[in-house]
Amino acid sequence: MKKLFLVLLTATLLVPWLAQAAATDVRLDKAPDLSRNMAALQNGAKVFVNYCLNCHSASYYRYNRLTDIGLTEGQIKDNLLFTADKIGEPMTIAMRRAEAKEWFGVAPPDLTLIARARTSKAGSGADWLYTYLRSYHRDDSRPTGWNNLVFPNVGMPHVLWELQGEQVLGPDHKLVLAKPGTMQPAEFDTMVADLVGFLNYIGEPMANFRKELGVIVLIFLFVLFIFSYALKREYWKDIH
Amino acid sequence: MGAANADKYKSDGTAAGGLLEWVDARFPLLSLWNDHLAKYYAPKNFNFWYYFGSLAMLVLGLQIITGIFLTMHYKPDASLNASGIPAAFASVEYIMRDVPWGWLIRYMHSTGASLFFIIIYLHMFRGMLYGSYRKPRELIWIFGVLIFLMLMAEAFLGYLLPWGQLSYWGAQVIVNMFTAIPVIGPDFALLLRGDYVVSDATLNRFFALHVVAIPLALIGLVAAHIMALHEVGSNNPDGIEIKKKKGPDGIPLDGIPFHPYYSVKDLVGVVVFLMVFAIVIFFMPEGGGYFLEYNNFFPADPLVTPSHIAPLWYFSPYYSILRANTVNFFWIDAKLWGVIFMGLGVMIFFFLPWLDRSPVKSIRYRGPLFKGALVIFVASFLILGVLGTLPATPGLTMIAQICSILYFAFFLLMPIYTSLDKCQPEPERVTG
Repeated sequence: MKKLFLVLLTATLLVPWLAQAAATDVRLDKAPDLSRNMAALQNGAKVFVNYCLNCHSASYYRYNRLTDIGLTEGQIKDNLLFTADKIGEPMTIAMRRAEAKEWFGVAPPDLTLIARARTSKAGSGADWLYTYLRSYHRDDSRPTGWNNLVFPNVGMPHVLWELQGEQVLGPDHKLVLAKPGTMQPAEFDTMVADLVGFLNYIGEPMANFRKELGVIVLIFLFVLFIFSYALKREYWKDIH
Repeated sequence: MGAANADKYKSDGTAAGGLLEWVDARFPLLSLWNDHLAKYYAPKNFNFWYYFGSLAMLVLGLQIITGIFLTMHYKPDASLNASGIPAAFASVEYIMRDVPWGWLIRYMHSTGASLFFIIIYLHMFRGMLYGSYRKPRELIWIFGVLIFLMLMAEAFLGYLLPWGQLSYWGAQVIVNMFTAIPVIGPDFALLLRGDYVVSDATLNRFFALHVVAIPLALIGLVAAHIMALHEVGSNNPDGIEIKKKKGPDGIPLDGIPFHPYYSVKDLVGVVVFLMVFAIVIFFMPEGGGYFLEYNNFFPADPLVTPSHIAPLWYFSPYYSILRANTVNFFWIDAKLWGVIFMGLGVMIFFFLPWLDRSPVKSIRYRGPLFKGALVIFVASFLILGVLGTLPATPGLTMIAQICSILYFAFFLLMPIYTSLDKCQPEPERVTG
């Protein structure tokens, strides 16, 4: 019987190895975890509203939820409420989808869940976004003049090019900064990290609360386990 | 009997007796309680594997309760809202963000679906370990396999409802499979979809089936499963009948009342299960992309086919068997062979009680042939499961073909190796 389970266990351990053998090889840069860094998330919200929210909606995310990341309703109304009249409304956009499709070839996707949707074996969705937004390079063969290493033939032009500058594809297939932008590379990376942190946060705004609650629930269940086990022992002490 | 009880109690509609007496004179409350709990004698030697029956009931209950609350806010509507998002997909995110505790209810339901399958697979494995399908428990087993089938239908139907990319394309692939069935196939697929492609009509009928039809069938089958079990009595890890050795009071010597002994023991199992459940819900609700698939966070788009469509993990062993059929054979298309073998892969469980010819039930007294066969079977099942989640390559397809053959060989050769096996004698009474 013991031997049987040993063999089964070995077979089960063999299975992930099979999976590993088939995994794809995409290298993504690791995005910093900013889920509890309120200043970074607030900066990310500002970048998102200024640069993304013209073409991309975040239609499941309401403006007043920004109070989660430490902003007051007054601050939201004065600085960020561009696309809606009321603070309880979601982050929608005015651009019509049919027109967007005509202009870009594809309607820009809603970004509320993008960080969750882009997760894969290669890395988290935040890693994907962090690498993607820093991997634009000049490509004259594309209608927009831009291409991307992570998302080949992407429809979106490099919206942040004035900040990053212009990258070109070097002979060894590496990105080289040909023309510097208004930001230093490190500065630009930090700003993209903040933006990605914000996108990651709106993907699941309750994520921090969920984990905190989970700890409390597990502590409760552990105490309940001690009592239920003691109860079982008490009832079963006469059964031999 | 009802009339006799009404005479026996003073409390015939008057306030003279207790409420319990009043009810019991009109409804067999005490006899139900006794038959199924307080005087249902279960073997005293249940081990780890015997937790999964009560856990399956618990998860069924949780799925129904969380499902009721999800239904209050979910909209089975494929039309696009102003932001170009299908209403069904948007309503799931509405539940996740705007409904109080909606995220918890939704994660409980999505995690519960996967854990339900883990529990059912372990519960079935228990039956195979200890020969719980053998005479006189064939009907319990058959009801159980029917529950397994209904559960697969329920999970498949429910997975369309979030209306994400994999919901949509998974349903498309599975419904198209039915078109391979000769004569009725194409019309059956049309009936299932209500349209020529997966569409709003499909979403609405899947919703109806997922919320009303299949749950009703499941509850009825679970009731039949338990009634049949309580009629013949539970098997145990020794695979011997405790009813053969009764005390002077007519109670099996190795039996103990289910309540309170197993109710308090199962309570421990429930708490441990809830801990596992909570770890997934609160710390890894996507289950590494297996419980909630990442690509399903994109709304369904009929114009964009995902590069890799994999079914949910709990279907993947059968999906592997489907894909392993690559040869046209006997003038029959490989696709139809795939559907046939996938169907047989599930249906063959029905015949297990009659395929097993061993003189003993439990693995404890079986010989090396059955033990080896079971190990090979479980290993091929697990490997098929992993392969089903991966894109097919020629090498992997060959592994899937070998494992599919081993999977069926376990059943088809069972009459031979179980009659040849060198078994040990069963004990008279249950052991520890």
